[in-house]
Amino acid sequence: MEYFIQQLVNGITLGSIYGLIAIGYTMVYGIIGMINFAHGDIFMIGAFVALISFIIFGLTGVALPIILLLVLLIAMLFTACYGWTVEKLAYKPLRGSFRLAPLISALGMSIVLQNYVQVSQGARVKPMQPLFSGGLEFFKNSEFIVTVSYLQIFIVVLTIILMGIFTYLITKTDLGRAQRACEQDRTMTALLGINVDRTISITFIIGSSLASVAGMMFVLYYGVIDFYIGFLAGIKAFTAAVLGGIGSLPGAMLGGLLIGLIETFWAGYVSLEYKDVAAFSVLIVVLIFFPTGFLGKPDIEKV
Amino acid sequence: MEKKDIIQSFKDSLFTGLIALALFGPIVGLRTVSKGEGLFITPQWGIVFLLVGLCILGRFLININSARRTEFKIFSTLSSKLSSITEDKAKHFAITGILFAVVFPFLPFTDRYFMDVAIMILTYIMLGWGLNIVVGLAGLLDLGYVAFYAVGAYSYALIATTFGWSFWICLPLAGVFAAFFGILLGFPVLRLRGDYLAIVTLGFGEIIRIILINWYEVTNGPDGITGIPRPSFFGLPFKRSPDEGEISFHLFFNLEYSTMHRIIFLYYLILVLALITNYFTLKIRKLPVGRAWEALREDEIACKSLGVNPTNTKLTAFAIGAMFGGFAGSFFATRQAFISPESFTFIESAIIVAIVVLGGMGSQTGVVLASIFLIGITEMFRDLEQYRMIAFGGAMVLIMVFKPKGILANRKPTILMHGDKK
Repeated sequence: MEYFIQQLVNGITLGSIYGLIAIGYTMVYGIIGMINFAHGDIFMIGAFVALISFIIFGLTGVALPIILLLVLLIAMLFTACYGWTVEKLAYKPLRGSFRLAPLISALGMSIVLQNYVQVSQGARVKPMQPLFSGGLEFFKNSEFIVTVSYLQIFIVVLTIILMGIFTYLITKTDLGRAQRACEQDRTMTALLGINVDRTISITFIIGSSLASVAGMMFVLYYGVIDFYIGFLAGIKAFTAAVLGGIGSLPGAMLGGLLIGLIETFWAGYVSLEYKDVAAFSVLIVVLIFFPTGFLGKPDIEKV
Repeated sequence: MEKKDIIQSFKDSLFTGLIALALFGPIVGLRTVSKGEGLFITPQWGIVFLLVGLCILGRFLININSARRTEFKIFSTLSSKLSSITEDKAKHFAITGILFAVVFPFLPFTDRYFMDVAIMILTYIMLGWGLNIVVGLAGLLDLGYVAFYAVGAYSYALIATTFGWSFWICLPLAGVFAAFFGILLGFPVLRLRGDYLAIVTLGFGEIIRIILINWYEVTNGPDGITGIPRPSFFGLPFKRSPDEGEISFHLFFNLEYSTMHRIIFLYYLILVLALITNYFTLKIRKLPVGRAWEALREDEIACKSLGVNPTNTKLTAFAIGAMFGGFAGSFFATRQAFISPESFTFIESAIIVAIVVLGGMGSQTGVVLASIFLIGITEMFRDLEQYRMIAFGGAMVLIMVFKPKGILANRKPTILMHGDKK
């Protein structure tokens, strides 16, 4: 039982990270109907920017909460630049082209980003000294002590705060309304005087910023990153988005949590080696039985 | 050009520079280096300023030129000329190409390195042609094609090392195994729409790789399988000193022993295999099932209402594509004599898909041109090991942006109704 609760806590933490990345996939899919294959690599760039800023601020000796806030903002800003540029260079010229063209372009972009980071930052793994230590301990009398580290609390709380801000942004502001309108009908939205290109750019910026937060959490949580982390994390986050129903924002978060939990429980109870297989198998099974995911809208084909 | 425009484009270039600074500043400018216990930062501002300068200059030049857009025109006229030439003289082109490929090993400048590159390009051409059945004809994006390549290679290696059967028995078996995996995967997932299918096949490719790494008892894990039998020339091995009672190739034909014999044989082997794939594709396009593939690609709903069973039709395309992937895999295994999961990563799938899409989906000649182009690029950048994948990915993006339909766009149906010539 204690072991189960420990896995649950770990799974929720991991799920928060996947959920934040999944939002980027689901938003882009919702608005322009393409799988932004390079999104996982944007997450990886976010992790690198966060790592670099942690090292710089680590030398200054500022208090931890201020460092966290600064790193968060810096990572979001710089990673958003990447998201924006990738959209402008690789996807915007292909709008209105046949379906597979943006996907291939995104694949190419993903290869470019990975190797670009490999060249500029080196291929070796980057370790970081842990900033957080300690945690709350439960069930002290039993054999297995459940530990909820402060870092896990930080990750989950930060995710909840960001989700709150994000939900407000999408449901209550003009920007969110424009964004939802573009999802429904781009031509009509343009006719009503909304700058569709700008709205799409902003979608990419928001998605990349959330991915960069996930990257920062990843650096803190695992303490090691390399240029290749974006691939697996990206696929799993995409799985999460599909699981929750692609195009649905609460679905992305739900899917992220589910994938995080499935992966942790699989690793804890079944086998550690095959934990990635679990995520992919879930994807295949879900698509067969719920082609639209849990919270997705059914897709009506029109002639 | 007016003065106002120049000022405008100057401002725009400066903005580009600012963005470039934000992009390159942290990632290129602040390199993290491990020293002893921790990580330290080594600034590299020189490169950053160079890159930012290049971006500003490039943007400025593009802005000034944008009114004319000559550079884009050159590119598109070139490729449309290429398209029309290859279409008009498709037969001549194909015959010249094949003749060149046949005499290639005996040309004066051909050495070991050229032969190795040529074999590699031919392997990719064969894979491209195999995948072209799935992507180009049936319109199903398969990002896990390397899984079938891996299944072919591993089944060849396992059968050949366990039972000691010859290449010519193992080759069809490997193809059958790969086709079986194609059906296994295809059956549940082929009902999905295009991009979902892409991701599921990608996931399948990764599953196969993870299983290959972890199933130690059978696949020998990350260490791979060694000592895969080399192919023999219809029973005559390519050995300097053959075993007792065996006659080797050079003794039988009274030749001086040379390692090139085996290479040349491998070259012709893959050439024949690739041409069989091509011939098969060209023929099956004209059969009912081939027409059904193309029809499905164009309009699935219309097909359904005309009584074509989409799942079965797609499944045949998937299985046949997988089978050719399996053939290529067994060739790879016998050529290398060693295989490990390292050779079957996602990047291989991406390269094969890139070859098909960049060549122009459905165009057989396009696959050849794209293979030569992409593998050639990576070979040219071989000395700059780290940069070649950047060049490769960049080429994918650029070709898509300027020529989204591929180098030779060929989505014309093979069969048209009477009188409907154009």
